[in-house]
Amino acid sequence: MTLLAIDDLSVDFGRHHRPALDHVSLLVDAGQRLGLVGASGSGKTVLASAVMGLLPDNAHLTGTVRFQGRDLTRLPDAAFSRLRGQDLTMVFQEPMTALDPTMKVGRQASEVRRLHTRCSAAQARAKVDEIFTRVGLDPVSQIADAYPHELSGGQRQRVVIAMAVMNNPSLVICDEPTTALDAMVQATVLALLVEELDRVDAACLFISHDLDVVSSMCDDVAVIHGGRIVETGGVDEVLDRPRHPYTQGLVATARIDAVGPGQRLPVIDDFSSTSDLVQAASEQCDTPAPTRQDR
Amino acid sequence: MTAFEMTHVSMTYGGRRRRVRALDDVSLSVEEHQKWGIVGQSGSGKTTLLKILAGLASPTSGQVRLFGRDLDLKSADVMAELRSSVQMVFQDPRSSLNPRMKISSIVSEPLRSPLVRNRPDMPTDHAARVAEVLRAVGLPPDCGDLYPHELSGGQRQRIALARALAPHPRILLADEPVSAMDVDVRAQVLNLLNSLVDSMGLTLIMVTHDLSVVRHTCDHVLVLNQGRVVEWGPTSTVMGDPREEYTRQLLASTIRRRTV
Repeated sequence: MTLLAIDDLSVDFGRHHRPALDHVSLLVDAGQRLGLVGASGSGKTVLASAVMGLLPDNAHLTGTVRFQGRDLTRLPDAAFSRLRGQDLTMVFQEPMTALDPTMKVGRQASEVRRLHTRCSAAQARAKVDEIFTRVGLDPVSQIADAYPHELSGGQRQRVVIAMAVMNNPSLVICDEPTTALDAMVQATVLALLVEELDRVDAACLFISHDLDVVSSMCDDVAVIHGGRIVETGGVDEVLDRPRHPYTQGLVATARIDAVGPGQRLPVIDDFSSTSDLVQAASEQCDTPAPTRQDR
Repeated sequence: MTAFEMTHVSMTYGGRRRRVRALDDVSLSVEEHQKWGIVGQSGSGKTTLLKILAGLASPTSGQVRLFGRDLDLKSADVMAELRSSVQMVFQDPRSSLNPRMKISSIVSEPLRSPLVRNRPDMPTDHAARVAEVLRAVGLPPDCGDLYPHELSGGQRQRIALARALAPHPRILLADEPVSAMDVDVRAQVLNLLNSLVDSMGLTLIMVTHDLSVVRHTCDHVLVLNQGRVVEWGPTSTVMGDPREEYTRQLLASTIRRRTV
């Protein structure tokens, strides 16, 4: 069953800029994990913001984003606020900026519960304790009483994941959730994310520039380049037999292990037929997009 | 010749109540023209080690030698040697390049340092040297008139590399130079770094948590965990046949393509 249907979505930030998204269509089924890969400036984060209703006011949007049959682009703010954090949640790239630095993390998490469910403070707190325990935040009472800066990067991202799955959402959008973490912590956080998504039976739109991470997380993948989806399909199909030259370049540049030590690594420009595309992408990078920049 | 030698180096931060031992009895010997990768998790002491080598921090105990001379940070003579022969590339060029300086003055700044400007081996024609290193890192010479924000992330890291190369260093230190970069930009910067290190005969000491980058670029590797040396040796030995359990865990945690 289709959960999220993005149809012919275009977003631009004023007439003088290239569109950040250019007639994008994408389907996410219930329970499906779809990876969205692309370089910085390709429109990944704009797509996530468009679905979450978090685009800045100067963004101009056409097309439709249907979630559970409702068109989110026409949804009034009040209705969107009820949806966001409930059925539709997000895990951001940088947990330090996603969390409120002046609020203890336990209170932030219980706020997510209380905003969407009729429950007492004590009930919300019990729920937070339960979820924090499950995502491996130990000792719970001490961590719930900590401010974000007192936690490690991995712990902060566990808090964010706990908040994202607390209300049993049907879709979780993850925007580069482990880019800020080191390799070992990344592996454990990704494993946790898969476990939690499976437990609440949520679909996931997983945004990343790391093909290895996407292939370990997702069943299907869409490749975005210059605001356009250039290729979609099963992860193995797309990564083993990429059809679009941009995807071919992306797959080749990501495989450092395939090149002998010290030898030249392939770059996307090597895939000559893409040079015009790359040109277009770099032109786009020249115009500052007024969105939050990738770190 | 031995470029850097650390013997029993320890470093503790903090006061009486909470002391953090960032480095614990680390010994390391880097020969000239070797390429070392320093790997470990966040908080393992990688960056502290690099800071000590760069003369940005002084160890609590132990000895550091640069080309056989004691690295005495109070000696102007030693500092001049250090600043001219050892240069550093930082992780995030957005914070390591001064946003209010033009590229040309960023790149020539090491040449203007009072410590090194009177040395006989320093280039005197700064404009010529700037053009030379900009060409070496694959940027047009006229980008000297731009400010850092006018460049892309990959270009900014090339500028950081150009600045490091300007005073003809013999040793290049790099702190996570390609992490948080797109795969394409990462490949471009690594290709550039490799070819420059080889063609200029530099010694490279690179901190990273990306083991595939180490395997590709470095001939030697040092594994750190909580400030202690876990294992070190030629990359092929350490990564092909690790002796320590921790190294095995680190290797296993790399996310790889599912094999069908």
